[in-house]
Amino acid sequence: MSNKLINWFKFASPQAFYPLAGRMIPWFWALAALFGIAGLYIGFLVAPTDAQQGEGYRIIFLHVPASWMSMFIYLVLAFWAGLGLAFNFRLSGMMATALAPTGALFAFLSLWTGALWGKPMWGTWWVWDARLTSELILLFLYVGFIALQSAIDDPRRADKAGAVLALVGVVNVPIIYFSVKWWNTLHQGSSVSLTKSPSMATTMLWGMLLCALACWMYAIAVALMRVRTIILERERHTDWVRDELTSKE
Amino acid sequence: MFWNSFSEFLAMGNHGVYVWGSFGVMAITMILEPVLLIQGHKGLIARLKREFRAEKSDRSVERTTPFAGQDRQ
Repeated sequence: MSNKLINWFKFASPQAFYPLAGRMIPWFWALAALFGIAGLYIGFLVAPTDAQQGEGYRIIFLHVPASWMSMFIYLVLAFWAGLGLAFNFRLSGMMATALAPTGALFAFLSLWTGALWGKPMWGTWWVWDARLTSELILLFLYVGFIALQSAIDDPRRADKAGAVLALVGVVNVPIIYFSVKWWNTLHQGSSVSLTKSPSMATTMLWGMLLCALACWMYAIAVALMRVRTIILERERHTDWVRDELTSKE
Repeated sequence: MFWNSFSEFLAMGNHGVYVWGSFGVMAITMILEPVLLIQGHKGLIARLKREFRAEKSDRSVERTTPFAGQDRQ
C-alpha cells in the first residue's frame, strides 16, 4: 500500500479531520471573499447592460450560482451519504448532514432570486413549470433530509435513513438540469452548457463564473464549520474530544 | 465602468427592487449562516467543557471522600 493511500484514510477519521478542517476554513473564506468581490465587481460595475432585459438581468450573477450550488451540493451530499451507506465511514454521514442546510439555503436563494427575476421579466413571481417545480422539489428534498435525520435519535441510524432518501432524490437533479430542454417552459435555456459555447458576453460569463466560484468556496467553508460542530457533538464521549477541549485550558 | 451616477446604479434601470431584493436576501443569509455556526460551535465547546469539568470534580470528590458517590445511582 502506498503512503498516499494511508494518508487519505487517516483523514477519513473524525479525529484527524477535525483539526485539518479547522486549518482549511480560513483559506476557503479568503478565496470566497476574493472571488466574490471580483465577481460582483465585474457583474455589477463592468458587465454591459443586457440588450433584452436591461439592468434586471444582473440577478443572473446571484441566481445562477445559487441554483448551480443547490444542485451540486445535493450531488455531493448524496455521494457522501452513499459512501457512508456502503462502507459505514463515520465521517461520510457527518459530511452529508453538514451539507444539507447549506444546500437548502442555496435552493431557497435560487427560488427567491428566481421569483424576483421572473416578476419583471415574465410578469409573474411563480409558475408551475418544470424548471421551477423541480427546483422546489429539491428544496423539499433537503428539508425532508434534515427533518428525517433530526427525527431519529441514534445518529448512525439517522445517517442510514437520510442516505436512502438522499440517494432516491438524486434522480431529481438531472430532471432540474434538463427540464428546460425536455419540456416547454417559461424559464430561459441554459446560458452556459458543456456542449456548446456560451450564449452571453465574455464579461457577463466571467462575472457569473467568479460568483459561482465564490459560492463554491463559501459552501465548502460553511460545510467544514458545520462538520466540526457535528464531529464534536457526536464524538463527545471519546478521549480525543476530551483532550482537545481540556488541554487548551 | 459605465454607471453615470450612484443613484443610477441603485435604480438598476427601474429594476432596483428586484436586483437589490435578491442581493440583500442573499447577502443576509450568507452572513447569518456562518455567524450562527460560529455561535453554535462556541456554545457546544462551552457546554462540553462544563460537562468535562463537572465529571472531573465528581471524580475527585469520589476519590477524596469514600462513599461520596454511592447515594447517586
